[in-house]
Amino acid sequence: MRASRVAAVVLRQFYLLRGSPVRLLPMIAWVAIDIVLWGFITRYLDTVTGPGFNFVGTLLGAVLLWDFLARVMQGVTMAFFEDVWTRNFLNIFATPLTISEYLSGLVITGVTTSLLGLAAMLLLATMAFGLSFLAYGIAIVPFVLVLFLSGIALGILGSAIVLRFGPASEWLIWPIPSVLSPFVGVFYPLSTLPGWMRAIAHGLAPSYVFEGMRSIVAGKGAPMTELVFGAGLAVAYVVLACLAFAWVYRYAIRTGLIARYSAESVS
Amino acid sequence: MGVTRQDPPLAVLSAVGLRRSFASLMAVDGVSFEVRPGEIVGLVGPNGAGKTTIINMILGVLEPTSGRIHIAGVDLARRRSQALAHTNFAAAHAPLPGNLTVEQNLRVFGMIYSVKFPRERIETLLADFDLQRHRKTKCGVLSAGEQTRVTLAKAMLNQPSLLLLDEPTASIDPATARDIRARIGAFAAQGLGGVLWTSHNMYEVAEVCHRVLFLAHGRILLEGEPGRLIREHGAATLEDLFVSVAHESLAPEAGAN
Repeated sequence: MRASRVAAVVLRQFYLLRGSPVRLLPMIAWVAIDIVLWGFITRYLDTVTGPGFNFVGTLLGAVLLWDFLARVMQGVTMAFFEDVWTRNFLNIFATPLTISEYLSGLVITGVTTSLLGLAAMLLLATMAFGLSFLAYGIAIVPFVLVLFLSGIALGILGSAIVLRFGPASEWLIWPIPSVLSPFVGVFYPLSTLPGWMRAIAHGLAPSYVFEGMRSIVAGKGAPMTELVFGAGLAVAYVVLACLAFAWVYRYAIRTGLIARYSAESVS
Repeated sequence: MGVTRQDPPLAVLSAVGLRRSFASLMAVDGVSFEVRPGEIVGLVGPNGAGKTTIINMILGVLEPTSGRIHIAGVDLARRRSQALAHTNFAAAHAPLPGNLTVEQNLRVFGMIYSVKFPRERIETLLADFDLQRHRKTKCGVLSAGEQTRVTLAKAMLNQPSLLLLDEPTASIDPATARDIRARIGAFAAQGLGGVLWTSHNMYEVAEVCHRVLFLAHGRILLEGEPGRLIREHGAATLEDLFVSVAHESLAPEAGAN
């Protein structure tokens, strides 16, 4: 793997961000809206319920962490979509650039842009609603790590789906976080779910983050063993997503899909 | 001391027994040819003859059903990245991203092709292709001729052993096309790289190419130096020869055979 080729993929995205402030706005605007909305909801719930339950720490923290995962995923897919929208596949894939270099560039771009969003979210949630990530203690490190990895895996998988099924399949990608959120228990404990949903939840790495977060807010401490298991799952997702992308890429080369991508299929 | 016979230079492109089918259609059917350093080879034929399919296979974006491709002696199927590092291309249907400036595009692709001293190389190319005043202009707002010059500058970034040009002068004015032909000719004249050039402009092919491959139904029907082919087949021009070969090849019995 050549660092200069990975840097080239990142540099392209940097040029795009620098050249168009419109691209920066969604990274901050949507998360800010979510934080403001949920910040007031949690503040209201704190006033109408009895003391003993911290809605800010539970709900607002959950919204913030879930938004973060979605930002990481969208950071990766947006970088990939740039090549879809500018019909750049031939220019990119007929070069010495390898798939691992290309994906590394997408991931670095996604992580960097999502960190900008995370900083904005933290700033707003802390200053406006008094949410402090320090309350979660050292467990915040595996929390963020698991969500980072899960977002990266979803981003790569989403890119593989669009590479395989064409530009029209973009609409399948954007709602993925919303589809997953009921299963991972962003706002409620997994025990609330029926058995079949709970079984799915146990296979989803972010579930362990939100269960852990609620455990800390309830004063029970972080279930580190389960968090480590969640981190292991997230690593496995990233590996599987990379394998899926590589498989789709080889399929696209074998069938000629890349060369005729705008046709969306080779049949 | 006896005179030693000099070995011919290693082909920058060697395609052997290339075949590519799409379902029941055989788009490329057993094509073999070479491009040597300093040589410009024209790949011509009617629409659907298989030219772009061949170019896509050489660019590594389409896998041959069978056959082998070596670029500068490197097997494309086994060492894709190393093989593609020796090549570059410009195609009328593959403009560079319009939302980056000329300079930004050249920087990005310079890094992808691991160009040594990229700053100096980009400055040279901006001067060579008369793009200095457009360096801060987004490619999407350039004219067709200017965009073609940018894609050609990109194609020259890594001083490739094999330069692939897929109708590089399509939809540009005659003066710009002549200028581009001169630059490609100068590139080949250095003797460091070879060029594979597809075009429907037979005057252009006759002027620039050292050798022509006539393709129809995915097969090479004729191959040779343009002037010799015209003489041997009693045609007035290469275009006349092209038309007669295309008509023959498109006849139903020829297609069936």
